[in-house]
Amino acid sequence: MSRQYYEFFCPVKVIAGKAALEHIPYELTSIGAKRPMIVTDKGVRAAGLLDPVIAACEDSGLEIVSIFDDVPPDSSISVVRTIAALYRREKCDSIIAVGGGSAIDTGKAVNILVSEGGDDLAKYSGAGVIKKPLNPFFVVPTTAGTGSEVTSVAVITDEVKGVKLPFTSSFLLPNAAIIDPRMTITLPPHITAATAMDAMTHSVEAFTCMAKNPLSDAYATAAIKKVSQFLPKVMDNPKDVDGRLELAQASTMAGIAFSNSMVGLVHALGHATGAICHLPHGLCMSLYLPYVLEYNLETIRQPLGELLLYLDGPEVYSATPASRRAEASIAALRKMRNTLYQQCKLPRTLKESGKVTYDQLEAIAQMAMDDGAIMFNPKEADLKDVRAVLENAWAG
Amino acid sequence: MATKHLQPLGSKAKRLYVNIMFQVMGRALQAVSEVDDEVCNEAYPLPTGFLFQMMVMPRGASLLIEHVGDGRFKYHSGEAPRPIDLAIKFKHLEHAFLVLSFQEKTSVAFANDRMLVDGDISYAVRMTRILNRLEAFILPKLLAKRAVKEYPPDLQLPEKLISAARIYLKVATHFIKTARAS
Repeated sequence: MSRQYYEFFCPVKVIAGKAALEHIPYELTSIGAKRPMIVTDKGVRAAGLLDPVIAACEDSGLEIVSIFDDVPPDSSISVVRTIAALYRREKCDSIIAVGGGSAIDTGKAVNILVSEGGDDLAKYSGAGVIKKPLNPFFVVPTTAGTGSEVTSVAVITDEVKGVKLPFTSSFLLPNAAIIDPRMTITLPPHITAATAMDAMTHSVEAFTCMAKNPLSDAYATAAIKKVSQFLPKVMDNPKDVDGRLELAQASTMAGIAFSNSMVGLVHALGHATGAICHLPHGLCMSLYLPYVLEYNLETIRQPLGELLLYLDGPEVYSATPASRRAEASIAALRKMRNTLYQQCKLPRTLKESGKVTYDQLEAIAQMAMDDGAIMFNPKEADLKDVRAVLENAWAG
Repeated sequence: MATKHLQPLGSKAKRLYVNIMFQVMGRALQAVSEVDDEVCNEAYPLPTGFLFQMMVMPRGASLLIEHVGDGRFKYHSGEAPRPIDLAIKFKHLEHAFLVLSFQEKTSVAFANDRMLVDGDISYAVRMTRILNRLEAFILPKLLAKRAVKEYPPDLQLPEKLISAARIYLKVATHFIKTARAS
């Protein structure tokens, strides 16, 4: 059924390809920014990924005024305050977030404080609280999966209250996302696999959940095709620059898709599992995807069947009877996971992850029931259903 | 030159309908929390004193209930006694009318960005489940199927009829009490 109404929004300038980093100085100065600060984490710095960013700016006479390289994996209000104080002390006028989801979310949150003023980040928590454009903000992703460079959401932990604060505003979107294959070329295989499956899950849920629309569909299917074609190539040859760029673009496209169509039960379960068992997000996505698709099957048979074209190509699609295409799509995803398990031991079940105990399943189910993503799942999942999916995902 | 803005008749009728539906639903939410264990269990984790509002932006009709503890709701007919904890805000009267006249499911309205959630999303998910359960009880099955994402497969006719009768009786009693008090 076609949607009777939808909304689609993505004002982020995407700067993608070889030597994309070298566009940063021009793009920053063109919006009046002269004193950028870099927000990143120790892993990114240790991997040498800051060097080409700094060199690109310095070659054009643009000085990086300050670098904060201690963003933790689960960023907090106090970290954001510390960075905001540094930004003000150094009289910075813009932020370049270099890293994965945490560095990018931290950059977004710092931009709230330094643009709006004050130190009370919590008062900007929620949807639509921020009412005006923030300072210039650029994002350089160093993983190909989260899509955070094109989403209007940030999540920061309030360590005093022990809660995660969500921030949602279109003003959190960066002015530009710089997608350069040099940033992902050194990713180890298991992170390459998990993050690519994160992008795959964003796309599959964007295409099969309740808020799908023609524009998000276009981005989702293009992203699925890219991940299906280029993930195997990059796993075989991690130095494949073209393949890395394709995966990075797929991640951005998947981010545009899901931020305009929302996601469903895979994410509800993944968020809960991440919170309770500290399993990485991409791994959770890869792990739950086929089990949730099987649960949703009769509600999403038609769109899921369409995805076979992008997952397995036109020959397999045309050779598969229409009535079997949805099952064939799930089989293609399972095959992809099996290959990744052989290549880098990416877990396919909760048991294989070695980090989840059976007695945690009930807590995961309870938490998933209260996750916002469950509202957009095409099938109404009650606690009994969620428990059943978890049982299936436990040992496969 | 000053001009007087005239509201079209259709818009006035919709405003009246939405207003009445909010009054019925608010009282029905109080009633269903007293009648149905499942709703009671869903509401139980909400903080005592938790205020939930559904309203039409910017200052249109609204529904206000309070969790008074132990999974029970209390309907407030007047102003909120303190800041609202969770509000589901329809962006326009037309969007509220679409949902409350069962032309658009609540879940579809969320997917269509008809509403904003102001407050903790996890509580909004919980309250949506409670609203769905209420609609499954008080609406005829054909209408309820249009209102909720999935009609509960385990809700049998005798349970539905008995619960609906008890809810409607409580709603009617509440209306009479309110009328007598005013």
